[in-house]
Amino acid sequence: MRLAVSDLHYAYNGDCVLRAVEFEVAAGEVLAVLGPNGVGKTTLLRCLNAVHRPARGVVRVDHAEVLRMSPPEIARNMGYVPQRGEVCRMTAFDAVLLGRLPHISWRAGQDDLRLVSAALERVGVGHLAMRAIDSMSGGELQRVCIARALVQEPAVMLLDEPTSALDLKNQMDVLHTVRDVARGHGVAVVMTMHDLNTALRFGDRFLFLKNGAVFAHCAREEITPTMVEEVYGVAVDLLHHQGRPVIVPRGPSPNPPREDHP
Amino acid sequence: MHHLAQGEIPAAYTAYLTRKALFLGALALAAAALLVMAVSLGAVRIPAWDVLRTLAGQAASPRDAVIVLDIRLPHALAALFAGMGLSASGAAMQSVLRNPLGSPFTLGISQAAALGASFAVMVLGSGVMQSSTVGAVTISNPLLTTGSAFVCSLLAAGLVIAMARYRGASPEVMVLTGVALGAFCTAGTMVLQFFADDVQLAAMVFWTFGDVARAGWREVWILGAVALGSAGFFLANAWNYNAMDAGDETARGLGVRVERVRILGMFVSALATAVVVAALGVIGFVGLICPHMVRRIIGDDHRYLMPASCLMGGALLLAADTAARLVLAPHALPVSVLTAFIGAPGFIWLLLRRRRR
Repeated sequence: MRLAVSDLHYAYNGDCVLRAVEFEVAAGEVLAVLGPNGVGKTTLLRCLNAVHRPARGVVRVDHAEVLRMSPPEIARNMGYVPQRGEVCRMTAFDAVLLGRLPHISWRAGQDDLRLVSAALERVGVGHLAMRAIDSMSGGELQRVCIARALVQEPAVMLLDEPTSALDLKNQMDVLHTVRDVARGHGVAVVMTMHDLNTALRFGDRFLFLKNGAVFAHCAREEITPTMVEEVYGVAVDLLHHQGRPVIVPRGPSPNPPREDHP
Repeated sequence: MHHLAQGEIPAAYTAYLTRKALFLGALALAAAALLVMAVSLGAVRIPAWDVLRTLAGQAASPRDAVIVLDIRLPHALAALFAGMGLSASGAAMQSVLRNPLGSPFTLGISQAAALGASFAVMVLGSGVMQSSTVGAVTISNPLLTTGSAFVCSLLAAGLVIAMARYRGASPEVMVLTGVALGAFCTAGTMVLQFFADDVQLAAMVFWTFGDVARAGWREVWILGAVALGSAGFFLANAWNYNAMDAGDETARGLGVRVERVRILGMFVSALATAVVVAALGVIGFVGLICPHMVRRIIGDDHRYLMPASCLMGGALLLAADTAARLVLAPHALPVSVLTAFIGAPGFIWLLLRRRRR
């Protein structure tokens, strides 16, 4: 297993946010973290790369304990794409070059620059290398951020809502890129997602969080409508379309019977 | 990454780096030329060639040696180093605070220094006015005044950093604390000025006018060490600042200890500013505007921004000081007036131009 998490607890201001979270992700596998807003999906990602310090628990990348590593060492093992990076005036090339930061001490060498160039090509924005990222579309920017995580040469990539601000085409394109990267480079990917159907399409395994704990950790075939209903509190049907499961909310919840006021 | 085929470095990127390096080289040459010019021009004009010969230890006459080595060179070097320190500190403050208005003024450091100097003049009695031959006022106990200004500005910077540590090093907290502190110190200075007698008031106001002519060789060494030391520190952190430009969250993901980088950056820039302001008085504009000028020309990449800001600040202050000595000769204007007179129109011109990268 590339990534193994066991007994992870995190508390904020005395409130328990995550409890006894356990899961594993294999090389080349995409794990989709699902659950309602505020359940702690983003917090979980930040605990994995120690941006937040968990109260307890073990995170292992290729058997090395992450929480004992220095921040640059963690960054050499884990690439992180936050939901909202701040957009600044920087060329795409320079933005991706930042991903080499954990590996370089003083100046970027030719090899670093070549790697950046290759990563930009890899995610399909090689032609935009000299474009300023503040003039890019959401989809282009997201790909630049994935390229940045890629040049960190990580074993694990953490993506926080990689498609939240993208249109349908860009959602598909970006997630195809993510899956190709996972498969092609043997990277274990953990991504949080809101859209269940997009997650079902691109995830290999699924982690449902409820009240800060793991409700289910399962493969696509094991997902049941009851599971989704228990986690999100919405009744759903699980249909199949072209051999893929699709989740459809069951009609609008019945309105309370109208009372006629005089 | 072993699977990732090694790519070709785009020629456009190489050209883009070369342009930045050329700009740096041009700035360095300009600063060196301005340094020679500053030593060469004055009441007694010494040709540039003679200046160079004197610097090499082969003065044409003892008079040249005195003028060059004892009078003009320390002043010119003080201007160069002070400009470098102020500008590099301003660039660092803007970056770590993620605020384009970061400067010794916005953070109350200059105002605190002025308060400290006024306090020394009035309460510690360091401000007896004397007339020198050219009719300028001097402060009778410069060491006490300088020391008091330095302590006050460090206290101000310390308070800003302490607040930041207490509230989690957020840039908003640091900037707003600085602004509040600046207002407090200005009010404090006004109270002192209100109760000061004529002599003290003159000394206080005189101190506030930044003036590089206060520096002797001892100050030059201190300023030089501080300017080059802080610039080196900022350059060593250039990658960290670049990462923080992409957002705190991204920077943390890249292994940057954001809070520590922010607080150390603030500490070093505050220290450098405090030394310059205490030694020479309040010199506005350089710390705020020089980094912006450079950003407009070569962008925000700190690997180039830091050394370029440094050189730009040094060059601007040298030019301003030379002009200040010449325009109303034999009277020398306060250099702080000239930095703004030269810098502001230049900066507005840059704002009007479309931004290049």
